[in-house]
Amino acid sequence: MNLLLWGVLPYLTIAVLVGGTVWRYRHDRFGWTTRSSQLHESRLLRVGGPLFHFGLLFVVGGHVAGLLVPASVTRWFGVADETYHLASLTAGGLTGAATVAGLGVLLLRRWRTPAVRAATTRDDRLMYPVLVGTLLLGMVTTLVTNGMGGGYDYRATVSPWFRGVLLLQPDPALMADVPLSYRLHVLFGMALFTLWPFSRLVHAFSAPVRYLVRPYIVYRSRDDRLAARPARRGWEDR
Amino acid sequence: MRVMAQLAMVMNLDKCIGCHTCSVTCKQTWTNRSGVEYAWFNNVETKPGQGYPRRYEDQDRWHGGWKLRRGRLELASGGRLRRVLSLFANPDLPRLDDYYEPWTYDYRNLTEAPLGDDTPVARPVSAVTGAPTDVRWGPNWEDSLGGAPEHAPADPVVEKLGRDIKFSYEQSFMFYLPRICEHCLNPSCVASCPSGAMYKRSEDGIVLVDQDRCRGWRMCVSGCPYKKVYFNHKTGKAEKCTFCYPRLEVGQPTVCAETCVGRLRYIGVLLYDADRVGEAAATEDEQRLYQAQLGVFLDPRDPGVVAAAERAGIPHDWLTAARRSPVYDLIVKHRIALPLHPEYRTMPMVWYVPPLSPVVDAVAGSGFDGEDADNLFGAIDALRIPLDYLAGLFTAGDPEPVRLALRRLAAMRSHMRSVNLGEPPDPHGPAAVGMTAETTEELYRLLAIAKYEDRYVIPTAGIGRAHELEGIATKCSLDTDGGPGMGDGGTGTGEGRTDLFVWREGERPAGMFPTVGRKS
Repeated sequence: MNLLLWGVLPYLTIAVLVGGTVWRYRHDRFGWTTRSSQLHESRLLRVGGPLFHFGLLFVVGGHVAGLLVPASVTRWFGVADETYHLASLTAGGLTGAATVAGLGVLLLRRWRTPAVRAATTRDDRLMYPVLVGTLLLGMVTTLVTNGMGGGYDYRATVSPWFRGVLLLQPDPALMADVPLSYRLHVLFGMALFTLWPFSRLVHAFSAPVRYLVRPYIVYRSRDDRLAARPARRGWEDR
Repeated sequence: MRVMAQLAMVMNLDKCIGCHTCSVTCKQTWTNRSGVEYAWFNNVETKPGQGYPRRYEDQDRWHGGWKLRRGRLELASGGRLRRVLSLFANPDLPRLDDYYEPWTYDYRNLTEAPLGDDTPVARPVSAVTGAPTDVRWGPNWEDSLGGAPEHAPADPVVEKLGRDIKFSYEQSFMFYLPRICEHCLNPSCVASCPSGAMYKRSEDGIVLVDQDRCRGWRMCVSGCPYKKVYFNHKTGKAEKCTFCYPRLEVGQPTVCAETCVGRLRYIGVLLYDADRVGEAAATEDEQRLYQAQLGVFLDPRDPGVVAAAERAGIPHDWLTAARRSPVYDLIVKHRIALPLHPEYRTMPMVWYVPPLSPVVDAVAGSGFDGEDADNLFGAIDALRIPLDYLAGLFTAGDPEPVRLALRRLAAMRSHMRSVNLGEPPDPHGPAAVGMTAETTEELYRLLAIAKYEDRYVIPTAGIGRAHELEGIATKCSLDTDGGPGMGDGGTGTGEGRTDLFVWREGERPAGMFPTVGRKS
């Protein structure tokens, strides 16, 4: 069981995430969009949208720091474990809270605005509970297990396991005694990454970084292969 | 000099009767799908009026187009970083209500209502949510000054005039303004697109959205000062007027132009110097932008231009078409067509012949001869409001180009009347406005006779590809469900799809009913 959850499942997740994304990109570029609903409702979105997305960017940054940077490295830089713990608790708590609050506003908006509700698709209905679960469990690990529970050094167990997975040397034993909240958070996270390529979340992969450096006006030559292009899937088939 | 060719349009507002045929045929062709119910790639609005979407010309509110910042062009909504940082909630995006909430009617109630004393009615229901709705605004709510005393003072151009305009029936003036995408030389929608999905076609200058690359960041919607990019709320992609490129590629005019009953649209090639566009758009004085844009256009008869165009790979038949271009004649030669809101600095390429008819009507209404050049000249200046209003639309407020265009139209009217009545035409008439009898009659042929082949001089995309292109025109390359082309092009059933129109009685089309679990 341990091996299955922490040795096999992560690779299945990665396979689905990468394979699914490639498949989606090759076969459904038309469906690859934010599917923004700002046209229907703007007031709540202007609060919830930035709160959630910017919060999430910081949360992702925190995960990168916490999971990929070994404890030995921060120690070498002279950061005491207590300082690190406090910093991660504060930063994680604040940005996590912002993200959860933002998502709360967005979901309330989705629920209460008839037009936005009508624009909600099946994959949204599947994805949102997993996203909420992942975020809330993440808050539990940060605030309850790691905060009120007196602190838990995930950098001794979860982080090495995660790096092991990435380095193709998974050590499921590391996850055996990790608190339940952490394990659930990771499982929900894996579920979220599995859904990722098949939901609107793909828009995260097209963050328009190149816009900052490209020329303002884009010229393109007529695509001479247009006539030979096969018909793509449309919205109504969904 | 970098010569580029652009297919441009001119609309003669004097002939627009506001029948909306262009809007309807455009809608049937391009936006009769769910998700873009509210979108009209072509709309006709009554001026003065707020327009569609409401008050779109108020750039203090919408921040569309460009602005000058220390002499350099920048998007009016802020620089690149600012654009990227407002991805998660675009502060300038119009709400659906700013366009209008699309609606349909509950027609079923007409046939299914139980027997009763009252006649059943079809109540309006929202096309977005399906809930009963009250129709409070529409795409053409102010048609022919409907509700003008109440709504028209909120027209941003009227507000800028800072003068009292009378909207009571007897004292008002009005005209119709058909609008499509301007296919600008310096398109701010393209510049706003974070994913680089919007582009200007280098062959013909048509501005398009690559549906496969659009990621729904909706910056183009707010970036366009004319609000002519629409967000499809079903597919989550931006859509816009395509200048009916599948038709133009085979030499046919756009649907709006083809179906215009007033025959007031002109399509032709304009050559321009792409190197000078940025500089022209950055002209300091707003009122000089019209002249600056004229300065960007190149004379297709100039041997130097022709040589440069050939070096730039512009096909021979395009150069021939450029020399016959009605658009070039109206814009550059006769100077009677003007750009819409040049102050947005996007260098729009759909130009307008300002309407003389409000002036003629006013003169005729006051008992004078409305065809007499002197009367008209006097009235053009005396009736300050139409002139200033038109200047607010077409020249950022400079009345001179509008006055010249109207005077030329007036001189043409008066000259042609003398010709028709067999009177000796006044040789000073055309000369007073810098024209000759010959150019006046040429203008008359273009504007009044307006033969199909004179209105539309459209070079095809390529003779060598003619056969293949025919396929595009009869079966649109955007023909995907939910794609802007939509529909099957009448070819019947595709794989896994059923076209109900070709379903004959007694047949059982494959794919119509599920066959899972059947033995056959």
